[in-house]
Amino acid sequence: MKRNEYDVAVIGAGAAGLAAAAVTAKAGASTVVIDRDVRPGGVLNQCIHNGFGLHYFKEELTGPEYAARMIRKATEAGAIFRIGSSVMEISPAQADGRRALTLYSKESGVEIILAKAVILAMGCRERTRGNLATPGSRCAGIYTAGLAQRMLNVEGKLPGTSAVIVGSGDIGLIMARRLTWSGIPVKAAVEIQPKPAGLARNIAQCLEDFGIPLYLSTAVTKISGKDRVESVTIAPLDDPTAERVIECDTILYSVGLIPENELSRKAGVVLDPKTNGPVVEEGVYETTEKGIFACGNVLHVHGLADQASEEAERCAESALRSIGMR
Amino acid sequence: MYDVCIIGAGATGAAAAYWLARKNVQVVLADKEADASFGVSKANSGIVHGGFHYSVSKTLKGKLELEGNRMFPAMAKELGFPYNQCGIIVVAYSEDQLEEVRKLYNQGIENGVEGIEFCSKERMYELEPKLCEGCLGGVFAPQGGVVEPYAYVFSLVEDAERNGVVFERNFEVVSAEYQDNVWKMKSASGKELSAKYVINAAGLYSDKVSAIFGGEEFEILARKGEEYLLDRLSPAYPTRVVFPVPTHTSKGVLVIPTAGGTTMVGPTAHIVPDKDDTDTTAPDREEIFELAQYMVKGVSKRDLIAAFAGLRPALAGGDFMIKISDKAPAFIQASGIQSPGLTASPAVGKLLVSLLEKAGLKMDDKKDIAPVPPKRRLREMSAEEVDELYQKDPAWTNIICRCEKISEAEIVDAVRHGHVTLDAVKLHTRAGMGRCQGGFCSAKIWAIISRETGIPVEELTKRGKKSNFFNGSIADVAFKGDSYETK
Ligand SMILES: Cc1cc2nc3c(=O)[nH]c(=O)nc-3n(C[C@H](O)[C@H](O)[C@H](O)COP(=O)(O)OP(=O)(O)OC[C@H]3O[C@@H](n4cnc5c(N)ncnc54)[C@H](O)[C@@H]3O)c2cc1C
Ligand SMILES: Cc1cc2nc3c(=O)[nH]c(=O)nc-3n(C[C@H](O)[C@H](O)[C@H](O)COP(=O)(O)OP(=O)(O)OC[C@H]3O[C@@H](n4cnc5c(N)ncnc54)[C@H](O)[C@@H]3O)c2cc1C
Repeated sequence: MKRNEYDVAVIGAGAAGLAAAAVTAKAGASTVVIDRDVRPGGVLNQCIHNGFGLHYFKEELTGPEYAARMIRKATEAGAIFRIGSSVMEISPAQADGRRALTLYSKESGVEIILAKAVILAMGCRERTRGNLATPGSRCAGIYTAGLAQRMLNVEGKLPGTSAVIVGSGDIGLIMARRLTWSGIPVKAAVEIQPKPAGLARNIAQCLEDFGIPLYLSTAVTKISGKDRVESVTIAPLDDPTAERVIECDTILYSVGLIPENELSRKAGVVLDPKTNGPVVEEGVYETTEKGIFACGNVLHVHGLADQASEEAERCAESALRSIGMR
Repeated sequence: MYDVCIIGAGATGAAAAYWLARKNVQVVLADKEADASFGVSKANSGIVHGGFHYSVSKTLKGKLELEGNRMFPAMAKELGFPYNQCGIIVVAYSEDQLEEVRKLYNQGIENGVEGIEFCSKERMYELEPKLCEGCLGGVFAPQGGVVEPYAYVFSLVEDAERNGVVFERNFEVVSAEYQDNVWKMKSASGKELSAKYVINAAGLYSDKVSAIFGGEEFEILARKGEEYLLDRLSPAYPTRVVFPVPTHTSKGVLVIPTAGGTTMVGPTAHIVPDKDDTDTTAPDREEIFELAQYMVKGVSKRDLIAAFAGLRPALAGGDFMIKISDKAPAFIQASGIQSPGLTASPAVGKLLVSLLEKAGLKMDDKKDIAPVPPKRRLREMSAEEVDELYQKDPAWTNIICRCEKISEAEIVDAVRHGHVTLDAVKLHTRAGMGRCQGGFCSAKIWAIISRETGIPVEELTKRGKKSNFFNGSIADVAFKGDSYETK
């Protein structure tokens, strides 16, 4: 088993983790940034549309471009990368205050990393059809919007031939446009709330521009299909009998994101039941576990990658102070 | 030509295959689905029942349930499938229910169930601290437990295959002819099989299969049961399987600490006309949560991660029908195997072997039985053990499913055992069964299945037939003036 020591260990190399690592490394703290994916960048890598970087870089970039700049920043600052490496466990604080991270990777097997400060930047995961318990069949053709985004933008595979979006989160809206551009007509977006969840700009550019109807205050009451999705049934909340059936073979769920805190929870970090992110001291970003900090989507879900990066920089400063390097 | 063809690779057929693999006969196991256990054997409560719900002397299912229950610990040890003998409790919330519970206890005693207890209120809370208030007493059956049903069925089939049984996937028997003491069968896609003896273990479709062979005429009713799975962090995870007092048609809505570590609530019981209707429904969901929340603290819809439904293959009389056919030659019926069919299956399999002997098939015990290769699971290993395995195979430290902690090595193992659909890999390894339900690992698993088998990703399916994931590649999309079209 390999053992290595760093001042700072950042878990997650997305918009948040990369920004944090750039700050701590630049300040002279030896920094390792760990990601389980085979390339750094986090969810940015599958967001091939533009709209990133307006705040942080003062210019409009695509997700992968934004990620590339962030990776360069962190690399130039001297951060060390561990890619394709999953953090399985964070130990309790040792006598000297340091914590041991257990990493599994195909490249180096089990590795133990000792760090004075740990920055959690694990991002979030998507809520699923199962969380909502939508009635009906469990056939093929039901995806979270993020998975479909990955299928299309990273693997280059078409998820179906006609689709309905459940929910109106930004990922779903962006996927509505993406599917349309890929020759997969989107029949509708269905939102149970009276107001859409996504940005007004995305409603206009991703639905309205393509004439995709958005049904508000409407529930998906059934998914039908034997092997593959054949239709969805929807009904307005105020008149459940006014059901209508929309034929399609693909359903994308865009019904919210949940901070990815399994690892934090195991390390004893207390979570806020409202945000599902760690409870942190305002402006300090330190969790209830000493020496463990959190930023980006693992803390709470951010609308924009830029905001996750900016928050991560503040969090990194605070981590540096805690180890006497600021 | 085979000596025996078993139709249906659910718990019943798989157990028969497992026992027959220990005899010197040639056996084929055929299923219409893309893999074993894709019928009701993958969609049930996963409980190894305690042997007290039915009378051993008056019902066949009661007798076989108790026999099966007693066989599970040794089989789990041998085959390595997840099984936990956590015990079962039945909770009474009223004087009337206490009366019913006493009857169950007495039946257990009559059946000869070891260790069964009639419990005071205090004892019940000691056995299960998560019970809601108001329990007046109950029954405790320590020999009951939980099993991962698909893992159990897969391990039976794989063991049978190691010992010479041939497993034919996607083989739907649609016709059969008896000529010169041999059954000649055809599949829906035109493939052929012949065997001297046939076992009908076709579950919901055993009525149809019986008709194909000219056997007994009967009708299998499909009684649907929905189940809801909660995150492994749900505070409701009980220590025992918690049962209410049963009704006429079912054992009621239970709270189950699954062998996989999640909490499950269900099932309901309603007859449905369509044998393919495994839809979940809103009214059943509401019914289940209301009843479960009444019994165990901490059950919450907030923790929902998945839902499914299974159909119990029930005969009018309610009991199993396992016998040598009176009408079709060399044909053995294993029909009406509703609950407790999973529990009973090891005993049912054995009974089927003895019926084959009775029907005239001569067989002796095989001398050499292939040893069961050790089943390693990353989630059960320490970092030191994992590092040791990594030295032999680096795939052990490549995490594919983060929620359930499944490594590439386990996925590869499943694929090399012939499981090439996403659902089968999921059932074999648990990858995709956790809280993100495959959102993270599906793409990685597609890539591994494709790499291992050479099947292009576009042709992979969720569970066979037309359950494809993809419709071609982005490279096929062409811009046609003002619209986009796929080739
Ligand atoms: C599907 C999706 C689409 C989005 N689309 C847009 C958009 O179009 N525009 C926009 O402005 N914002 C979008 N967002 C939001 C925005 O991208 C995020 O707010 C921001 O990128 C989050 O950065 P992050 O670093 O917090 O998380 P992520 O980018 O998710 O990075 C977290 C990283 O941590 C790694 N990780 C997690 N756990 C471990 C572990 N145990 N061990 C090792 N590594 C681990 C993950 O692999 C991941 O790479 C989207 C978010 C999602 C989920
Ligand atoms: C909701 C629910 C909960 C349950 N809970 C429990 C429990 O906790 N404990 C317990 O002991 N039991 C339980 N049961 C019952 C148990 O699941 C069944 O009794 C058992 O799985 C039956 O196994 P089987 O092999 O007979 O049927 P199946 O698993 O359905 O197998 C039959 C197989 O035959 C195949 N087949 C059908 N027709 C053809 C054909 N023409 N050609 C080829 N193949 C064919 C099918 O594809 C199928 O795979 C439950 C059932 C339900 C529905």
